[in-house]
Amino acid sequence: MTTYLLKRLAIAFATLVLASIVVFAVLEILPGDPARLMLGMNASTDQVELLRNQMGLNAPLVLRYLHWAGGLLSLDFGRSYTYSVPVIDLVRERLAVSLPLALIALALSTVIAIPVGLFSASRRGRAGDTISMGAAQLGVAVPNFWFALMLIYVFAVWLRLVPAGGFPGWGAGAWPALKSLLLPAVALALPQAAILARVTRSALIEVLNEDYIRTARAKGLPYRAVLWRHALRNAMIPVLTILGLQFAFLLAGTIIIENVFYLPGLGRLVFQAITQRDLIVVESVVMLLVAAVIAVNLLVDLSYAAVDPRLRGRR
Amino acid sequence: MTLHLEIPEETFAAILAKAFRNTAFVTGFVITLLILAMALASYVWTPYDVTKLVISDKTQGPTLAHWFGTDHFGRDILSMIMVGARNSIAVALVAVGIGMGVGVPLGAFAAARGGLVDEALMRINDLVFAFPALLSAIMITAIFGPGAINAIIAIGIFNIPVFARVARAGALAIWPREFILAARAAGKGKTQITIEHVLPNIATLLLVQGTIQFALGILAEAGLSYLGLGAQPPMPSWGRMLFDAQTRMTVAPWMAIFPGMAIVITVLGLNLLGDGIADILDPKSRRQR
Repeated sequence: MTTYLLKRLAIAFATLVLASIVVFAVLEILPGDPARLMLGMNASTDQVELLRNQMGLNAPLVLRYLHWAGGLLSLDFGRSYTYSVPVIDLVRERLAVSLPLALIALALSTVIAIPVGLFSASRRGRAGDTISMGAAQLGVAVPNFWFALMLIYVFAVWLRLVPAGGFPGWGAGAWPALKSLLLPAVALALPQAAILARVTRSALIEVLNEDYIRTARAKGLPYRAVLWRHALRNAMIPVLTILGLQFAFLLAGTIIIENVFYLPGLGRLVFQAITQRDLIVVESVVMLLVAAVIAVNLLVDLSYAAVDPRLRGRR
Repeated sequence: MTLHLEIPEETFAAILAKAFRNTAFVTGFVITLLILAMALASYVWTPYDVTKLVISDKTQGPTLAHWFGTDHFGRDILSMIMVGARNSIAVALVAVGIGMGVGVPLGAFAAARGGLVDEALMRINDLVFAFPALLSAIMITAIFGPGAINAIIAIGIFNIPVFARVARAGALAIWPREFILAARAAGKGKTQITIEHVLPNIATLLLVQGTIQFALGILAEAGLSYLGLGAQPPMPSWGRMLFDAQTRMTVAPWMAIFPGMAIVITVLGLNLLGDGIADILDPKSRRQR
């Protein structure tokens, strides 16, 4: 188990380093001089050159990479070109919107999908199964930003229950802030819940065909107990895998959803930074998201052992 | 040359008969065909000219003259959806082509060679998977400038590891089979075996994955053009139509409803088609459903 853990950690770290090289290299070839962009078109070449030196843009490529990567490790991301504040402050501020949003969406998706999957699997082939899987099939096909627009139309424009967009900040109190995250979270969660429900159902059906389920039933355990205690636990591995993958989808999904709802989150920050050529912000946020994806996948891998004791001794 | 298909005892007619009894396949097939027909028809005929702005007709609700209403420039929404279908289908289809064209040879090669080559290719695969696809697509289109071609490249790149993984997994299951051993005994090389025996046997798998990626491509293209990174105006695209609709939700909700429904129906059709094909050709998956 320890060697397995170490091997997984080493692979995760190597992936992270490679990813950082890719991100750095890609942004190197981006057209546009950040110094020129900051000073505007009227600045003289000398002024631009001076700023380039100050920003360290004239240093050799490898040095600049090492400097940047070293900074990432110590959470020193540098200063934003356009906002003129440390990137870490920007990120912290935006994360306070995006992280709760992604977590609420993930929780919503799980809370909807697992019971639906259980319901469907236990009524395989019957009307309830057909209807809920039909709904899931439809849910997979809905683009989350269109669903978001429809939610805005019904709940904000029509019923006026929640704001159509914007974010009052956590300072305005927890409830108003949560209220403005509600629609975005639902919009993000529903298509993911549809996928998760389908996976849960097929994993459960696979498990329900196993001999030990028949044994559990034969010894007189009620169906409900067999479903929850024996079947669901054994079906967890594919479900966890998809949950891990969905985290990446949710993070990326926030880019579009935050634009729909005008939320000052990480996704909107990176989108604006790309269009404004604020490379240092783009680099930092992309690396942060990639690190999050790698970390979550690592956690998912390790959680297999927690769910399935058979895997603990192995490897 | 003999092909070793997974289901040698079934004739083509038998598969076809099974296909027509499969509700998912028939529904998906019909929807996909209709969307394709709509896109093709738009080349010769649309109810209205989508390049002509008729300001006097702007933001009209659905009427007999304009079934799906008009947009803020007085353009007919139905006509724009028809023309937009071309763009969505072309982007998603070419992106699948890129993914298959590069990913399948890579995956098949990794499976055939094994060892270090396999390990290295799969690690690169993991690396690409670590980047949230949409985020990278946004970066790519931002670097090379927005437009349909760059959207294709951005979506296509992220199809590559998907097909590589599917092709590798499929090929790895085929290699230990007896007919491969026979082919090797007959003196065939790894490349020849891959082309003649492995690829025909994983074709179904790739076809199913292809329809799934096609559907995902339509969704991704809509997302990119919603952000203004896909096809540029005046070329209508479904995502762009939704962007234009957003600020006019209170006065013209139909501008958002109909293009969104076009996306949902197209993706639904493709997913049903994929599910149907998997059902018909793979007896194992039928047991699970």
